[in-house]
Amino acid sequence: MSNRYELNKNLAQMLKGGVIMDVTTPEQAKIAEASGACAVMALERIPADIRAAGGVSRMSDPKMIKGIQDAVSIPVMAKCRIGHFVEAQILQSLKIDYIDESEVLTPADNVNHIDKTKFQVPFVCGARNLGEALRRIAEGASMIRSKGEAGTGDIVQAVSHMRAINGDISKIAAMREDELFVAAKNMQVPYELVEYVHKNKKLPVVNFSAGGVATPADAALMVHLGAEGVFVGSGIFKSGNPEKRAAAIVKAVTNYNDPDMIAKLSEDLGEAMVGINENEIKILMAERGQ
Amino acid sequence: MKIGVLALQGAFQEHQKALSSLGAETFQIRQHRDLNIELDGLVLPGGESTTMCKLLLELNMMDNLRNKIQNGLPVFGTCAGLILLSKKIQNQSTTGLATMNIECCRNAYGKQLDSFKTSSQFADIGEVPMVFIRAPYITQASANVEILAKVDGKIVAAKQKNQLVTAFHPELTNDVKIHSYFLKNIVNMAK
Repeated sequence: MSNRYELNKNLAQMLKGGVIMDVTTPEQAKIAEASGACAVMALERIPADIRAAGGVSRMSDPKMIKGIQDAVSIPVMAKCRIGHFVEAQILQSLKIDYIDESEVLTPADNVNHIDKTKFQVPFVCGARNLGEALRRIAEGASMIRSKGEAGTGDIVQAVSHMRAINGDISKIAAMREDELFVAAKNMQVPYELVEYVHKNKKLPVVNFSAGGVATPADAALMVHLGAEGVFVGSGIFKSGNPEKRAAAIVKAVTNYNDPDMIAKLSEDLGEAMVGINENEIKILMAERGQ
Repeated sequence: MKIGVLALQGAFQEHQKALSSLGAETFQIRQHRDLNIELDGLVLPGGESTTMCKLLLELNMMDNLRNKIQNGLPVFGTCAGLILLSKKIQNQSTTGLATMNIECCRNAYGKQLDSFKTSSQFADIGEVPMVFIRAPYITQASANVEILAKVDGKIVAAKQKNQLVTAFHPELTNDVKIHSYFLKNIVNMAK
C-alpha cells in the first residue's frame, strides 16, 4: 500500500470525533472554524438549496474554493460529481485537502466512479451498506461516510445506512473463514477487503456520518451508532442561529454520552432547518452511485 | 500508571492503544468533571487545534489543565497538542494552554499534499519513524527547552521539564519508543 494512501487515511484519523461543516462563502467558513469545526466542505449551494433549485449541480467555482482556503486554517474539502475525474483533477490542482466524490451533485457517470488510486489527494465517498463502502475503498477512497439523505434535515436515512454498514460488519466478523469468498462475491468487492473486515471488525478507513443531521441530538445519535465523526450540511446555515447551533453540535459529538449536557446544549437554539422527509422528495440522492 | 488522554477531538484512541501496549492505564478526558481523576500523566493528541482550543474554553477546562501542567503534571503533546502547549503561535494572536516556552508555526509544511513520512534521529532513542500530517514545527525555543529531534533543520520534538512535544505522530506508527520515553523519562521521574 502506498505511502500517500496511508497519509491520506491518517488525515481522516485526525478528523475523528469532529464535525465537518458545509460552507458556501469565506464568511461562513470563518463562522464554522470559530464554532469548532474540524474541517469545512466548500460548495456553491448547500444540499437543501440544490434540491430547491433542481437542474444540474456541479463542482464549485475554483475561485470560491480558493477564497475559503484562504479564509481558514483547518482542512478544506470540496465536492466533485461521481465519475467526473476532471473535476477531481481540478480540485487536486487547487491542493484541496479532501475530495468528496458526492451523490449530492448530479452524477457525471452512471456506471463508473473515479479511479481514486490515480490521485495524490484523499477522497471521501458515501455508502449505504458495507458493499458500497468496500467498493469505494477498492477504488481508492481513504474515508467513508454514510450517505443519509442530504438536504432534508431528516436523520432517518443516515441511521439506516450507519446501522446497515455496522450490521454488515458484524455479520462478516461472525462468518467462518470459508464463507468469506462468497461474501466477497455477493458484495462485488475484493476478497482482501472482506478478510480485513472479518479480522478487524471494522472498515479499513475512518467512517463518518452524513446526510440529515440537524440537531445536537441527531449528531450524538450517530456517534452512538458508530459514526467516528459527523458531516453537517444544510443543518447549520439553514437554521435560525448558525453560530450557536454549530457550537452545540460540536460539543454534542465530543460528549455524546452525556444526556445532561446535550439537554443544556439543545436549549434555545432557535429554529432548526425546516425538514422534508424522504416521502416528500422527488430525488433520492442516496440512490446515485452504487 | 494512570494516563489521561484528552478526548475532545482527534486521534486519541491511537494514543490509548500505544500506551496500553506499554502497560499504562488510560482514561478519556472529555469534560470538566473528568479532570477530577488523579492522573500520573496527560496526552494531548493530534487533531484540529482550533477545535480543541474552542472546546477547552467552552467546557471550562483550560485554566484547570493549565494549572495542573504548571504544577508539574507530565504532559505529551503531538501535532495539535504541540500547538496547544506553545506559548506563541505564528500569525495568530490567540494561544491554547501556552505553558511551554516555544513558538510554533501551524500547517508549517502546507496542505495535505505536503504531508509526509520520514525517519530521523530522536535524542537518546535513535532513529524513529515520523508521520507529519498538515504538521506544525517549532520556530523558536527558549534556553530551558531541550531540542530532541530535527528534520531538515526544523525542530520537530522538544522537552521542557514535565512537557514533551512532537510535531509528528508516533501514535500512527507501530513504534512505541517515544511513548515509552514519555512514561520512563517524564512520568516516572515526576513520581
